[in-house]
Amino acid sequence: MLILECPYCGVHADETELAPGGEAHLKRFGPGSDIDDFEGYLFMRENPKGLHFERWRHAYGCGKWFLAARCTATLEVFGTYPAQSAEPPQSIKDAITAKRPGWSWRDFA
Amino acid sequence: MSTRLSTAGRLIDTAKPIKFSFNGKTLQGYAGDTLASALLANDQLLVGRSFKYHRPRGVVAAGAEEPNGLVNLGSNGTFEPNQRITTTELFDGLSATSQNHWPSLEFDVGSINTHLARFLPAGFYYKMFIHPRPLWKHVYEPFIRQSAGLGKAPKDRDADTYEHFNCTVDVLVIGGGIAGLAAAAEAGRTGARVLLIEQTAAWGGRAVVDQPTIDGQTAADWVTTTLAGLAAMENVDIRTRTMGAGVYDHGYVLAYERLRDHAPKASGPRHRLWRIRARQIVTATGAIERPLSFAGNDLPGVLLASAVRDYAVNFGVGIGDRTVIATNNDDAYRTALALHDAGLQVPVILDARAKGGGELADQARAKGIRVENGKAIASVKGGKRVTGVSVCLQAGQGAVLEEISCDCVAMSGGWSPVVHLWSHCGGKLTWDEAQAMFRPNNDRPPTGADGEAMVIAAGTANGHLYTAEAIADGWSAGRAAAHAAGFTAKPEAIPDGSDVPELPLTPVWMMPQGAGYDLRSKSWLDFQNDVKVSDVQLAAQEGFESVEHAKRYTTLGMATDQGKLSNINGLATLSGALNIPIPSVGTTTFRPPYTPISMGAIAGVARDDLFQPIRKTPISGWHESNRADFEPVGQWRRPYAFVHKGESVHDAVKREVTNTRTNVGLLDASTLGKILVKGPDAGRFLDMLYTNMMSNLAVGKCRYGLMCSENGFLMDDGVVARIDDDTWLCHTTTGGADRIHAWMEDWLQCEWWDWKVYTANLTEQFAQIAVVGPKARQVLEKMGGMDVSKEALPFMQWADGTIGGFDARVFRISFSGELSYEIAVPASQGRAFWDALLSAGAEFGMMPYGTECLHVLRAEKGFIMIGDETDGTVIPQDLNLGWAISKKKDDYLGKRAQERSHMADPNRWKLVGLETLDGSVIPDGAYAVAEGMNPNGQRNTQGRVTSTYFSPTLGKGIAMGLVLHGPDRMGEVIEMTKGDGTYIKARIVDQVFYDKAGEKQDV
Repeated sequence: MLILECPYCGVHADETELAPGGEAHLKRFGPGSDIDDFEGYLFMRENPKGLHFERWRHAYGCGKWFLAARCTATLEVFGTYPAQSAEPPQSIKDAITAKRPGWSWRDFA
Repeated sequence: MSTRLSTAGRLIDTAKPIKFSFNGKTLQGYAGDTLASALLANDQLLVGRSFKYHRPRGVVAAGAEEPNGLVNLGSNGTFEPNQRITTTELFDGLSATSQNHWPSLEFDVGSINTHLARFLPAGFYYKMFIHPRPLWKHVYEPFIRQSAGLGKAPKDRDADTYEHFNCTVDVLVIGGGIAGLAAAAEAGRTGARVLLIEQTAAWGGRAVVDQPTIDGQTAADWVTTTLAGLAAMENVDIRTRTMGAGVYDHGYVLAYERLRDHAPKASGPRHRLWRIRARQIVTATGAIERPLSFAGNDLPGVLLASAVRDYAVNFGVGIGDRTVIATNNDDAYRTALALHDAGLQVPVILDARAKGGGELADQARAKGIRVENGKAIASVKGGKRVTGVSVCLQAGQGAVLEEISCDCVAMSGGWSPVVHLWSHCGGKLTWDEAQAMFRPNNDRPPTGADGEAMVIAAGTANGHLYTAEAIADGWSAGRAAAHAAGFTAKPEAIPDGSDVPELPLTPVWMMPQGAGYDLRSKSWLDFQNDVKVSDVQLAAQEGFESVEHAKRYTTLGMATDQGKLSNINGLATLSGALNIPIPSVGTTTFRPPYTPISMGAIAGVARDDLFQPIRKTPISGWHESNRADFEPVGQWRRPYAFVHKGESVHDAVKREVTNTRTNVGLLDASTLGKILVKGPDAGRFLDMLYTNMMSNLAVGKCRYGLMCSENGFLMDDGVVARIDDDTWLCHTTTGGADRIHAWMEDWLQCEWWDWKVYTANLTEQFAQIAVVGPKARQVLEKMGGMDVSKEALPFMQWADGTIGGFDARVFRISFSGELSYEIAVPASQGRAFWDALLSAGAEFGMMPYGTECLHVLRAEKGFIMIGDETDGTVIPQDLNLGWAISKKKDDYLGKRAQERSHMADPNRWKLVGLETLDGSVIPDGAYAVAEGMNPNGQRNTQGRVTSTYFSPTLGKGIAMGLVLHGPDRMGEVIEMTKGDGTYIKARIVDQVFYDKAGEKQDV
């Protein structure tokens, strides 16, 4: 059972306090968008054994959504950050680089 | 003959005799006995029948790894099957019965299977029962089910109570042997918060049986001294009868404490599930001895050498008068010495190693025990118990050299560290060639949130079989764990153990190594699931080369003991059959729990009233005292109907419908979701959320709205009211309130975070009561207050005011087709307002109604219900709700998805009304059949029913359903399935059955 720190209220929340929200940093494609773009937005997900960026909600806490960078294989957590982020903050990227040099995930590296 | 010895057992108290019964026979044991040791003391060697061949089986082990000794325990409310007798402590009045036999343990008809064994090899069931297919359901499956399963499922409610316990520690030490004790002592000395748990009732593990010297004392004295030291540390807790069941993510551990299995008459919960968060975990879980594979190794009287020693030393029980020992290592000689000391005979030690053993072997010879090097057991003689062994060369094919009579065989194939807990959360293993064992790979431990090791294996569980190594390893594990958790202390002396030096073992996976099929097909690997050496070889031969495939094909290791004895021998056999090294075969996955834990412990107190939270409206108390027939709706309980004396539930629903249509009904609608959406961008936000326009809704008005997922599917509906310029109140379905609120927050926080909008879920802040029926206005006017006339408060508008002195917000909305007011009052006023309405309404024939009446009323009007007409695959267009989809908006959630070709397909099933020709009610879930069959031989379909009711208003069955081209086929008669192979004819009609013009709700 994971423990993630909510970047809003600072609580180290047990997984039972959290609700998972799937992959982070998806770009929404709405009406008029290309069918491939829309398919990618709606269905295509990364499924890495390793570094991953995820959405979580502190559902039984402050109610805020946040994002987490963690390793799905070792369960290492590189950091959590606010959902209002278009990309991972540099500090998170640095934390990942320290442990996983040369990492990349979608468009981030 | 298996009997109590004159030498006292370490753990038993002969001054305290205990009576118990086995298969109805009253027997006697002593305080401190396990059920296994007490049965063995009474010469009850035969304890069960095997799963597949119903072979007679006896106790093999003395601990948690026991595969055969499973019994039914207790009766009625305390009945429990599959209880392991080696871990069941004896208590006065214990009552056990054996399993998996008919008619009796001694004589079992199913044992015919053992003679058919040649025809029941691995994979037999898969091969035999696959054809012809139709026979499976009616012949094969019932037959197999009849003979499957070991124990019987309990029939009565569990009379015991259980609990959960949460705790957080710096260092958790699992295992109370010398390594665990040393770890806990050293970690405790640093000031770290330490919890030490031990699965049995006694401390010291194997060391106190074999009694090596530690720090100049006997192991037992060292254990006593160390325990006293731990007890004196305030930061250390120690628990016996508490098993580490599983290690999970980020230091989460489940432990299973058996509080009063040994004392059932004591008060309090029976089991306690510990939910532990540990910064660091030390697994000092010991090792388990492996059986040897020789023909007849499953006969009662063949035990692990360590178990024979345990029974003699701990419980003063001799399994036999004459014990033959078969081994590939030095440790088994300790059993010979212990038995010799207890006055029992060891006719021979068969050491499979060509050069034999070391110092311990010399000690045995010095006592006059015959030792034969390079020798093996060709086969064990006997039926329901051992009568002798035939001896052969280990290097040969099993030619018998001599026969030796005996009544017990003690076998040792070496030791396997208990790596389960290490492996649960990702710890990797390494194959130790010298010791022929998988041991923890300390370079690849389970990792925690920081990416660093969170588990340290210690002692024999880490592959250190010598006392000196094990205790030092435990000490350093405790020190390292405390350090990783942030605690240090000046080092003091490492506990110093001493050992008799041993010669290395020689791996023996088959005895003799050249055994033919005849012997291999009688050599058991998995005693509980009846898997033999020949079965694993067959699996390999038939191409099940992956260890996971071979496991499933043969069922090796899939019984309740999870292969504690069989896994390594099975892997080695597979490795031999495939001619690839053992590490390349790999292990199967270790999964929690380590041994089975009770369902009660998992549930804890979450049963009966505490099973889950029940949400109650402010009016719930009235419902409870007025014969409400409740149904669960999400976590709410809503009245399904209010049943009068002498009525059936169905009668009550009919009465409620008719009364609401003719007089006036009252509905507790408080459970409906009420979400306030407020802010400068609230209108824009709601335009994105709903398929229709909400931003242009005038203040004071209400509008019905639909919400879709990004997939385009309809997910919720409800009436939205514009409260003021920047405030809207969104009603959701009862089950949808929390989900929709979370959905709104998701979009606001994660996508449109620059929009100025706030949401608040006010669902429980208001009681909402619907006053429904032609006389609704008369009731409200009688109560007095605000003007509720058609002119002052027209249909689809709302107003604030007072009704009968209550502050109220009144919505003129209708889910029934009748004149209807939904009135919200503060939750604290809900019950008083309900009572006031009832007393004012009495003269108008007012009656409360439940959810089923609500459903019938809405179905008569052709209104859809989320969850009936929708199932996650239905779009609003399917339900003829195109009118509620704005054509003016560029975007709303789901709009892009609804543009996809399949969503715009004219062949999607569409909503219509359905009316049976004979007036009967179409069964729930019925399909409309089409011509022909599909490739599976089933009728083709062209639609399905979504809502079906008896309409008291119309006096006949009515239904709605989704039908291919339905709206274009009005008047056509189609056939619906009844579920019993027959069909019912129904006509496609308009979905609105009652008041098509909608005049009654707008008066």
